[in-house]
Amino acid sequence: MSGAVTAAFRSRERRRTTIGEGSAPRIALIAAAVLFLALFLGAPVVTVFLSAFSRGIGPYLGALRSDEAVAAIGLTLTTAGIVVPLNLVFGIAAAWAIARYDFPGKSVLLTLIDLPFSVSPVIAGLVFVLLFGARGWFGPWCSEHDIRVVFAVPGVVLATTFVTFPLVAREVLAVMQAQGSDEEEAALTLGASGWQILLRITLPKVKWGVLYGVILCNARAMGEFGAVSVVSGHIRGETNTMPLHIEILYNEYDFVGAFAVASLLALLAFGTLVVKKAVEWAALARPARVNISLPAAPAAVGERSAAR
Amino acid sequence: MSVRAESLTKRFGSGTAAAVEGAVFDAKPGEITTLLGPSGSGKSTLLRLVAGLEAPDSGRVFIAGKDVTRVSPRERNVGFVFQSYALFRHMSVFENVAFGMRIRKRPRGELRTRVEELLGLVQLPGYGSRFPAELSGGQRQRVALARALATDPEVLLLDEPFGALDAKVRLELREWLAEFQQRTKVTTILVTHDQEEALELSQHVVLLQAGRVVQAGAPHELYDRPATAFVASFLGGANVLRGTVRSGRAEAGALDLAAPQGARDGASFHAFVRPHDVRLAKPEDDRDPVALARVERLTRIGAQVKVALELPDGESMTVQMSKTEIESLGLEPGDRVLVDLRDAKVFVEDYSI
Repeated sequence: MSGAVTAAFRSRERRRTTIGEGSAPRIALIAAAVLFLALFLGAPVVTVFLSAFSRGIGPYLGALRSDEAVAAIGLTLTTAGIVVPLNLVFGIAAAWAIARYDFPGKSVLLTLIDLPFSVSPVIAGLVFVLLFGARGWFGPWCSEHDIRVVFAVPGVVLATTFVTFPLVAREVLAVMQAQGSDEEEAALTLGASGWQILLRITLPKVKWGVLYGVILCNARAMGEFGAVSVVSGHIRGETNTMPLHIEILYNEYDFVGAFAVASLLALLAFGTLVVKKAVEWAALARPARVNISLPAAPAAVGERSAAR
Repeated sequence: MSVRAESLTKRFGSGTAAAVEGAVFDAKPGEITTLLGPSGSGKSTLLRLVAGLEAPDSGRVFIAGKDVTRVSPRERNVGFVFQSYALFRHMSVFENVAFGMRIRKRPRGELRTRVEELLGLVQLPGYGSRFPAELSGGQRQRVALARALATDPEVLLLDEPFGALDAKVRLELREWLAEFQQRTKVTTILVTHDQEEALELSQHVVLLQAGRVVQAGAPHELYDRPATAFVASFLGGANVLRGTVRSGRAEAGALDLAAPQGARDGASFHAFVRPHDVRLAKPEDDRDPVALARVERLTRIGAQVKVALELPDGESMTVQMSKTEIESLGLEPGDRVLVDLRDAKVFVEDYSI
């Protein structure tokens, strides 16, 4: 136990001595960062809330309670609820395949994963209109079977899935590649099957990457505007998501309503970040607890005190 | 159980040089066999071929007489210890060691007793609830060993097991492993680039160079009768001398050695001289300095001193002597010395009978 304590003490000491430049540059850098954040991130957020409440709480709640707002909030949450699990499964599958196996077309798959990032969201939306629209490839088939994709909820979900696909896959792939596959190989020699390795070794190993990907994916799914705007058709109360609803309200000079919905969207994003922080803290707390409950271990041959 | 590799070849990517080419070796049951070679010699790849972590392009692997070339590593029943230890970082030491048994669905009571027994065996009793991040390198290495042994493997495969440890811990773990293997008699194949480790630990050494096995045998066999210049210089860092045979003597510059019987005059030869098989003496009178070697540099390593010499013909030679010998000679860099070869292995290239 004393080993851990001295290690912690030493690291604090090191932190103090490594900054040998004196305090002036440090203060200048911190001030620059804080100023920048306040100007470009803090001010807009504050403006959103100030505008939303500019006529008091009544109009604010009224704007959120309108049927169209409730429908938009519902659609946004539904979309995120479908898109995030889909991208979670596909993202892990793609990352696993790329990190673990060599197969023909691997580089093509990698490029495809990055495609949604490099293509403008508007074009992503147009692709679905061209595929499923009345004159699109699958349009006639869809109308024969009475399936509506474009200007309907499935189109919104498809476009959002497309735009957010790289977020989980990229995060998980980066973590998998950084950690290598030694542990998986060890599990293999110990007799584990492919599924056992995935569930017991790989997923626990990459869970932080997965979580981070999910959070980013969720934030983007709720906030996506361009692609969804093209496929949704802006049908009020039916295919409007929160960002689209905000735009409509704003164009109609209903600033309180626009900023009220915007503030809710911002709060959802904050909620996501809070969940992320909470999970990180929980993860950090765990080894500490283990540390404290350590049994008094006998000194082993040839070991110095616990190296950490 | 015995392990046999039959002309294994493995190439990573077409057109590249083979990592392992036509490698043959045998590991006898109950012994430690070392795959020794410099980095890039294919020794780790060869071990991974035995474990099944790589599939050979050609050749076969036998474990206990059974052809396992097409058998998945899952079913080969080998214990593999990685250089990086590859402990499951999200699991406690107990769960790491128990992993193989959980996969095999062993009853809970048996599992617990076996894990405790193994942790005792690797001298880490009571460490079950720790996490890998809380252990030192040597401790992690022993957990990896316990984990590999938990499923009663037929063969234990160790990939540079002491590579990432500091010198002191490495020596201690090496002794511990030798003793441990003597006790358990589990067939062990160990990969290392450290010739001292190979000579000290193993009963059988397989020396690799550029993916090929250049010589295999007992450590003293390789040391005393190196098959090639590479073996001689890799094991014990021998000096290589070249020259020609003249009237029964092998002459290399100003030095001459006894040539093997039947060596033809004019045949060229090469000879290996171990650094500790050379004695230096100060010339008594003013002899012709042309026939003397010059001391270039003295490097002290504990009680030993490494002397770098420049021979009269311009070749260099490394000599190892004890500190007391050097001090009694009063040797300094720049001194002229007489070179006395106590032992040398002479290989006549054009051997005629």
